[in-house]
Amino acid sequence: MSSFRNALIAAAALTAASLVAAQMGTQFPGIGRAATPKEVAAWDIDVRPDFKGLPAGSGSVAKGQDIWEGKCAQCHGVFGESNEVFSPLIGGTTTDDVKTGRVAKLMDPTSGRSTIMKVATVSTLWDYINRAMPWTQPKSLKPDEVYAVTAFLLNLGGVIPDNFTLSDKNIAEVQARMPNRNGMTTRHAMWPGAEFKGVKTPDTKNTACMKDCATEPTVASFLPDFARNAHGNIAEQNRPVGAQHGVDTTQPESKAPVAGSGASGSVAVAQAPAAAKAAAEAPKAAPAPASIPAPGAAGVDSKAAQVLTQKNNCTACHAIDKKILGPSFADIAKKHAGKTDYLAGKIKSGGSGVWGPIPMPPQTLTDAEAKAIAVWLAAGAAK
Amino acid sequence: MKQEDVSSGRVRKAPENFLSREGVRAVFAEAKNGRRDFIRNAFAAAAAGAVVPVAMAQGNPVPVEGGDSNILNLPEHATGLGQGVATEGYGKPSKFETNVQRRQSPGLTQTTQASVSFAPLQSLFGIVTPSGLHFERHHQGWWDIDPSKHRFMVNGMVKTPKVFTMDEIMRLPSVSRFHFIECGANTAAEWGNVAVPTVQYTHGMISCSEFTGVPLITLLQLAGADLKNGRFVLAEGGDGSSMTRTIPMSLITSGEVIVAYGQNGEMLRPENGYPLRLVVPGVQGVSWVKYLRRVEVGDKPYAAKDEAIHYIDLQPDGLQRQYTNLQECKSVVTTPSGGQVLLDKGFYNITGLAWSGKGKIKKVDVSVDGGRNWRQARLESPVMSKALTRFNIDWVWDGKPAIIQSRAMDDTGFVQPTYKQLRAVRGTRSIYHNNAIQSWLIQENGEVKNVQLS
Repeated sequence: MSSFRNALIAAAALTAASLVAAQMGTQFPGIGRAATPKEVAAWDIDVRPDFKGLPAGSGSVAKGQDIWEGKCAQCHGVFGESNEVFSPLIGGTTTDDVKTGRVAKLMDPTSGRSTIMKVATVSTLWDYINRAMPWTQPKSLKPDEVYAVTAFLLNLGGVIPDNFTLSDKNIAEVQARMPNRNGMTTRHAMWPGAEFKGVKTPDTKNTACMKDCATEPTVASFLPDFARNAHGNIAEQNRPVGAQHGVDTTQPESKAPVAGSGASGSVAVAQAPAAAKAAAEAPKAAPAPASIPAPGAAGVDSKAAQVLTQKNNCTACHAIDKKILGPSFADIAKKHAGKTDYLAGKIKSGGSGVWGPIPMPPQTLTDAEAKAIAVWLAAGAAK
Repeated sequence: MKQEDVSSGRVRKAPENFLSREGVRAVFAEAKNGRRDFIRNAFAAAAAGAVVPVAMAQGNPVPVEGGDSNILNLPEHATGLGQGVATEGYGKPSKFETNVQRRQSPGLTQTTQASVSFAPLQSLFGIVTPSGLHFERHHQGWWDIDPSKHRFMVNGMVKTPKVFTMDEIMRLPSVSRFHFIECGANTAAEWGNVAVPTVQYTHGMISCSEFTGVPLITLLQLAGADLKNGRFVLAEGGDGSSMTRTIPMSLITSGEVIVAYGQNGEMLRPENGYPLRLVVPGVQGVSWVKYLRRVEVGDKPYAAKDEAIHYIDLQPDGLQRQYTNLQECKSVVTTPSGGQVLLDKGFYNITGLAWSGKGKIKKVDVSVDGGRNWRQARLESPVMSKALTRFNIDWVWDGKPAIIQSRAMDDTGFVQPTYKQLRAVRGTRSIYHNNAIQSWLIQENGEVKNVQLS
């Protein structure tokens, strides 16, 4: 009995000891060693929104511009506006946004989003430029250079004036001027913890209805025929044996049903392909809106055409008279003057090689809209 | 034509997609010789309809000569000597599997180093993604790092900042767990409308592996981390981008977060973070920091580039949801799926994948009439928390148009939303966390199309 009791006590003592050991980090002797201050300094480079981790230093807008033109502009554009390699850094903010801390353009469903429109914290810019830029030589900038490049970007974004010098002393004040500083929310149910005091209930509430559910199956969106082969030949992207094979998208779609004739229409679903077909043909059948000149009409409505280039996001890559990702409308007009049909086709099909290697994807706009834009381009792309 | 009808007894396949078994073999023989264009020509020939036996409909007819030549004429592999052991020191997939590849989506990015490749979900079985087909997302290119030189550091709110070698990390008690990893931007292209043709491009930024490693909490305890006040942990990569992300301490103290070196029985692949990555079950892939070099314990979140500029979800009111990390319940039918063609009427096994960042999949329902009526699918075991779950359901196709959907429910009772429901709360500009029900339209010609319903 007593030896059993002693064993129990010993076991309890051992458990207690191992608990303490775990707390003290000695449960696994021989694993890991203390990092030296030099090692920690070499790797601990992160900067938090409260600027913990920010090294002392400063850099002016002017110095930032010099560095920018040498090391950043080739990817991001001279004004941080380029969409050629990465999405634009600058653009879309106003002096009003700097006052309110909310970027109004984020409400505009047709607008693209630049970095300066989205980011709320200067610390994020400083930290990222410091750790990962320039893209091909990350971590090569010295702290003062990071301050300078950050200052130049903020100047382009209208946050600080031309003669400003950004430093660890004034960076918090600058952060308080960020155009979208009030544009973030953590009121959602998608953080896996309670740290942000977000909501607990998910924002969608579907139910598992099993029979005669309300949904009417109407096909509202599908890929247009001209995009059939846009992702390559799907037949070559499927195993050549199996329950289903890949469709040979280099060939036009078969009109013949698998089952031949005799298949009578089923309930609701049978309408779907018909609906899709109707939807596909609707734009052609529909009369063009009054503001769009009918093909062959004498007058060219420049204003309406430009509205269409906005609406269809052409302006994300093309501007009237300067090259963005794609050529300017003026250059297109010069090169393809009078070629309305060619241009209308190109607008829909996209392509690459005419203006350089960057491809333009196929566009999903109606024939009438493509034609209206083409007419405007062919006639000189007047403002 | 009459002959065909008699011998097949049934229907004619969509001709442009059809090759006989002989045709398939010829294609591969040619492909082996580097003549991939032969495939196109062969399909074109079939489309022309000139080669009557090749254009036959039935996949397995009794040939007029009374037997299948594949049975009657013994092939070389039945009459010769095969290859020896260790011909390949590291075995590769069959040469007939070359169509099964991870792929980029054309035009999505302008560089390959800041880009993504999609896993071929339409060709995968079960729940484990072969490591070589795991989707990729790189922010600044991938590296193959010498593990003997890789170090892992713990610092911040700890008693003693520590460094570990790979040898030391691999000496510690390990755990092995199956988890899915899904990019927060999976299905992002489809928020507003159909944009891509196949399940590879709609849903291919998800993979599932068995990961082996050390619970991060063990390493934090070794450094004497302040688990009470240190409510956030920064994870940082050792590559050029030195990716950083904020991880909630509550998830780490639960023991779920792993510092992993193993993937499907071997080391991580370089594209997936060799030799060390973070595994954060249920959370979007960007938090699973690759080439993990450091974690820092802190009392505030970090607003890193990928949680303050990207991976934020724009809402209709112009506010951006920040720190949206969870991958909510989602599913997709992987076959039949977009870009495929059903060769004939008759029996099919509808199969797909379901997952939830909050726990286990409880059930998956499948509709073939666009969501009006649903049947419960079979869940294949194992069904594991925060891992992919495979589902299957029988279906006899009558040759009429059908719209196939799957709808998953997790063990919190949450049901995967429709596009209508999702857009009603989040609009169409959220980019991230699109977990809507996917629809595939089966046309009468057998072609399967990616569609969205109103």
